[in-house]
Amino acid sequence: MRETELLVVGGGPAGLSAAVEAASHGCEVMVVDSDLALGGQLIKQTHKFFGSESERAGTRGFKIAEILLDELGQLKGKVEVLTNTTAESYYRGDGVVGCMTDEDNYWFVKPKKIVNATGASEKILPFPNNDLPGVYGAGAIQTLMNVYGVVPGKKVLMVGAGNIGLVVSYQLLQAGVDVVGIVEFLPNISGYWVHAAKVRRLGVPVLLKHTITRAIGENKVEGAYIQAVDDNNQLMGEPQKIDCDIICMSVGLSPTVDLLWQAGCKMMYVPELCGYVARRDNQMRTSNADIWAAGDAHGIEEASAAMVEGRIAGLGAAHSLDHVDRVQFGERLGMFWQRLDNLRAGATGEKIRCGVGKCTCQAWEVD
Amino acid sequence: MTKDEKLFNSGVLTQSRPGAELPPTELWNKKKNGLVIIECPQQIPCNPCYSSCPTGAVLPFNKIIDVPRIDYTKCIGCSLCVATCPGLACFVVDLTYGSEEEALMKLPYEMLPRPEIGEQVNCLNRIGEVVAQGKVVDINEPRKDCTLVVHVVVPNDLVNEIRAVRVVK
Repeated sequence: MRETELLVVGGGPAGLSAAVEAASHGCEVMVVDSDLALGGQLIKQTHKFFGSESERAGTRGFKIAEILLDELGQLKGKVEVLTNTTAESYYRGDGVVGCMTDEDNYWFVKPKKIVNATGASEKILPFPNNDLPGVYGAGAIQTLMNVYGVVPGKKVLMVGAGNIGLVVSYQLLQAGVDVVGIVEFLPNISGYWVHAAKVRRLGVPVLLKHTITRAIGENKVEGAYIQAVDDNNQLMGEPQKIDCDIICMSVGLSPTVDLLWQAGCKMMYVPELCGYVARRDNQMRTSNADIWAAGDAHGIEEASAAMVEGRIAGLGAAHSLDHVDRVQFGERLGMFWQRLDNLRAGATGEKIRCGVGKCTCQAWEVD
Repeated sequence: MTKDEKLFNSGVLTQSRPGAELPPTELWNKKKNGLVIIECPQQIPCNPCYSSCPTGAVLPFNKIIDVPRIDYTKCIGCSLCVATCPGLACFVVDLTYGSEEEALMKLPYEMLPRPEIGEQVNCLNRIGEVVAQGKVVDINEPRKDCTLVVHVVVPNDLVNEIRAVRVVK
């Protein structure tokens, strides 16, 4: 049985931030990630991030991953990284976590504390033929293009105009792929307006109040039917045939919370955070006093917020292990919350504020 | 939805509004090196236009979600914001450039192939229609981060329409 002070599950923006924060206070950290390399979704993000300088605004996502990995590298003596390793199970009796490395090496670790930074999984839309080759999630398209340098096809129909749909459309254009259109069910794009303006001025049509109704093709995607929806969200008018060989779905994400369920954390369905999430206090701690969560696993939001949440969770875990004194803990917690509140201000942050409000308590009674 | 709403709600600016205003005409007409136009009408948590501005022309943000406000008397058309803005929402327009009918635009560019100096490029409006041909007279990469700032000579009556260029090869 292996042991560690803090197990960080997931090496994306939240997990890396948590690991760096905790280790910088002297905490012994083990990071496990199911992927072959650390960085999570950051490594696929070729666009510049928003936010302020403290969130590295103006820096491309994959560069932010490099910066975080560099910070982690400087804490080498304190941090152990295991990639291609999935934390699969949590044993409530003794807090042991079962991990699978590669496909056949199952082992156990007993951490004192855990930060669950497992990110999210993509939602898909049900429509006839959505199992044809050529129907992708936006994450897969990004992996193909931005990790492996493979263009997915020639003509893409994008479904969904949130930030991911808009950003991936832009990245497709950069890769020389034709984006024949973006369909969006809502009467407005739900991503940032400037992301939409970027693809609009390069000639990509955005069809609001439209949805995909069917993929066309025998053995692969050879087109799609799209249709308008009325104010009651019912299909109206005639279906329109779109010539495309790729259908890319970017219709939202769900928090990945399997370990939290297993650990008996109090969970809550919060639509604004896109699914079941753990109830938490203001340091991201769940109802299980040994477990924190951060990033998309704690509610779907931008990576800039995930990094701050990771910092808070890492700080909280380090504090609980007596690596941070009360004064410093309070100061840093206040600073991180200031940043998080800034990122969530205004109309675009309203949904998040509402969702977070529903599942946050001032403090757990366990302490 | 009106036609106007349809356009704006899908990322096309239809009229000036807070965060997306034109410079005052009188100053603009005579300001050598140009003035910035920022088209960022939505409150989002982002301020690199302010933090990258060397002259204080982009005014300090009270909150990070404020839309940018500009003191045009301080703008020197340096285009550092053009190179920095994550939304590619900053454009510099120099109306004093060249002949009566010409103007110089400094536009962000992140596509391939890269344009070359002296080359004719397609000038695109906010919905990607080719509205003119422009001549590339300078290209730089202020942040050394793959966002180019392309200097294009365009017809001066189209500076409120042209927002991108496309290399034709």
